[in-house]
Amino acid sequence: MSDTKYWVALSCIKGIGSQKFQMILKHFNSIKNFWHAEGHEVKEVFGMNQKICNTILKYRETINPDEEMDKINSMGVKVLTLNDEDYPCNLKNIYDPPPVLYVKGNLKKQDEISVAIVGSRKATVYGKVIAEKLARELSEYGITIVSGMAIGIDSCAHKGAISGNARTIAVLGTGIDIVYPRRNASLMQKIIEHGAVVTEFPLGTTPLPQNFPARNRIISGLSLGTIVVEASERSGALITADFALQQGREVFAVPGNVTSKYSTGCNRLIKQGAKLVEGVFDVLDELGIVYEKISNEIKDIAENKLNDEEKEILEMISYQSSPVDSIIRHSRFSAGKVKAVLTSLEMKGLIRSLPGSSYIRI
Amino acid sequence: MLSKITSCALLGINGYIVEVETDISNGLPAFDIVGLPDSAVRESRERVRSAIKNSGFNFPINRITVNLAPADTRKEGPFFDLPIAIGILAATEQLKTDKLKQIAIIGELSLNGDVKPVTGVLSMAYSLQKRGFKKLLCPLENAEEAAIVEGVQVYPIKNLKESVDFLNGEKHIPAFSIDIKNYLYNNSNIEVDFSEVKGQENIKRAFEVAAAGHHNIIMIGPPGSGKTMIARRMPSILPAMTFEEAVEVTKIYSSAGLLPNSRPLIVNRPFRAPHHTISAAGMVGGGRMPKPGEVSLAHFGVLFLDEMPEFRRDVLEVLRQPLEDEIVTITRVNATITYPAKFLLIGSMNPCPCGFLWSEKHECSCTPNQIQRYISKISGPLLDRVDIHIEVPAVEFKDLEENIESETSDSIRKRVDSARMVQLQRYKNLPFLYNSQLTPRYIQRFCRLNKPCKKMIKDAFDKLGLSARAYNRILKVARTIADLDMSENIREEHLAEAIQYRNLDRKFWI
Repeated sequence: MSDTKYWVALSCIKGIGSQKFQMILKHFNSIKNFWHAEGHEVKEVFGMNQKICNTILKYRETINPDEEMDKINSMGVKVLTLNDEDYPCNLKNIYDPPPVLYVKGNLKKQDEISVAIVGSRKATVYGKVIAEKLARELSEYGITIVSGMAIGIDSCAHKGAISGNARTIAVLGTGIDIVYPRRNASLMQKIIEHGAVVTEFPLGTTPLPQNFPARNRIISGLSLGTIVVEASERSGALITADFALQQGREVFAVPGNVTSKYSTGCNRLIKQGAKLVEGVFDVLDELGIVYEKISNEIKDIAENKLNDEEKEILEMISYQSSPVDSIIRHSRFSAGKVKAVLTSLEMKGLIRSLPGSSYIRI
Repeated sequence: MLSKITSCALLGINGYIVEVETDISNGLPAFDIVGLPDSAVRESRERVRSAIKNSGFNFPINRITVNLAPADTRKEGPFFDLPIAIGILAATEQLKTDKLKQIAIIGELSLNGDVKPVTGVLSMAYSLQKRGFKKLLCPLENAEEAAIVEGVQVYPIKNLKESVDFLNGEKHIPAFSIDIKNYLYNNSNIEVDFSEVKGQENIKRAFEVAAAGHHNIIMIGPPGSGKTMIARRMPSILPAMTFEEAVEVTKIYSSAGLLPNSRPLIVNRPFRAPHHTISAAGMVGGGRMPKPGEVSLAHFGVLFLDEMPEFRRDVLEVLRQPLEDEIVTITRVNATITYPAKFLLIGSMNPCPCGFLWSEKHECSCTPNQIQRYISKISGPLLDRVDIHIEVPAVEFKDLEENIESETSDSIRKRVDSARMVQLQRYKNLPFLYNSQLTPRYIQRFCRLNKPCKKMIKDAFDKLGLSARAYNRILKVARTIADLDMSENIREEHLAEAIQYRNLDRKFWI
């Protein structure tokens, strides 16, 4: 345990990844020994690579492991190292697990049964609705939802899990003290309450573009499978899918319209053999585990309690979104009446309003 | 010799009486105008000199001093050409002075002696009526406008010669009159109608509610969805203007020089749609001698801001005061002027800079940050003053083709009228007229919710992600919907519909 602070200190030095950690561990048996080792001993580890040795020696002087640890503790952040028992099992099994994991919130044993839902930051309404729906339904089976807390699909996946009152984990591409994107600050808070926010990057790491692909390997590494909901030709979500394959995890993709550029990535994945996902059962079957559904059928109960007007209008709303105007035109009620019924149906959780004045049945 | 003529000038949209005193004395020939004249007034010396000569009278070769009293107010404009010319002729005894005491004179002169129309005659005629003047000599083109004022006899004149003949009693000019009430009710012609809008029942209903409770409204939708078309039809469902309202609007237009020639009275509610490059001064009024801005020109009518986020930030922010107080006060070195500005604000915006965010046919090419920046241009305080948000989807082609019967503006207006009557009754002794003007104290009194409604609004906040600022707006709009329904209490269905009109508060659309 007392070793942790040296792990943290070493992880703060740029250029030290999981490979170098392994080399150091092999040579010194513990990071503590390494931290206090003489310069020539350090050089022995890396052989010919003088550059990295110089960096280590230079930065080692400037970092105080105790101070770093105090800072982390004062923020209520927990640190897990590869040697810790609590270190997520799934993640430990990948080729290059992050040596240090900063955690806000709680990681539990049950999080091993988890699925990642990823996709473009810029997504269509279809993608967002599907992401939220899949996340909520999977969470009803006790599955933890992992994603990247980016805007778009990622946010919807987290929100879906939170609305299902289930666990969710966000993997950041920044230091744990930095909220990126800023507008997700309140979402981050909720994720911490409903699970955990984790990152491998030391405190104060800014959102550099190169961090995000590295972050993606943790997303796929934490999960049993990765669902790509909507990804364009060059989306980062495809990188996550590649990592999942390398790590020997399942890859799922939600098909999209063939003319939509937002779905070209997903459709290509399916072409290459990814499992096509229409609903939550495609995921459950593939993972080969059958779960008791935890939450009961709130929806059915709600549907039985509707009055005639509500039933009539609910029937007119499709699962593919119906514009309000067409509902008004085809119903026998006035515009005002229809709008009132729509609000009450939405509050009963049977439909959802979409941007552009239309509704979708959920 | 000394002569005294009564004339008028404009300050903002109100007129005030100006005494034009002319003194002719011996000395070196000179022609001075005192009493803070601006350049248009000072130049009237040249016009008056030529007009007198060219009308066949003698211009005196003496020392002429003209004083415009009250001497401490800056005078602008060419209103005093005719009174000065008459004053000089009276002082040189070229016309009889017995009629001059009871008659006020306004008019600009051209060099050949013709009388030209001036701006703001309606306001000036009202100021005369207030001071008990019974007769007004004014340019022919302004006669209709001046005749609106009851109790003032208007004598239209074409040129200087004619006015001298009239004052001498050599020519009879009949007093001009107009049946203004009749004019008001028979000339309101709005050329657009809601029945021309195909589909979009949802938006039409929102406009009906907005018109009934005088709620400001903002539309969000892609290009070509008909936002502008619908906004232009708003005046057609607002209640017809009363005579007093029409007069006040006409005063503003008259003082701004925007009154159409053939129309003495503005009888249709104004619809102003300024371009988004407008300056703050253009929006609320301004200038060295202040002129009314778009908010005042939209008085008792509609101010439509198309592509709202494209307007400059400072221009949008200056709207806040008039939206709250229904007046604008402009302070300049020369004067402090208050213009009325009670308008219905209609804003429109695209969902994103390129406009195709929700479109299924076009790809949107904006980044999430661009979209965020675009939307945040409309500040919270401004949005706070807009009760109704409504999304306008693109129109389906089949809607344009289909020949469905759409409701006409007239039948919508009937419902609006009766809802307004309900409000007038309810707020009889209170300082406001419509639901949109309710202050929090009165909201508690007039928008009481019963138990199921209270539960509904609480659920709505929890489940639909409404922001706190939406609360009072929802109650006010619900009150209007109940009024349209002729219901004394707000019922659940009214509240449920009102919740539909708070889209911008719900942060789902990015």
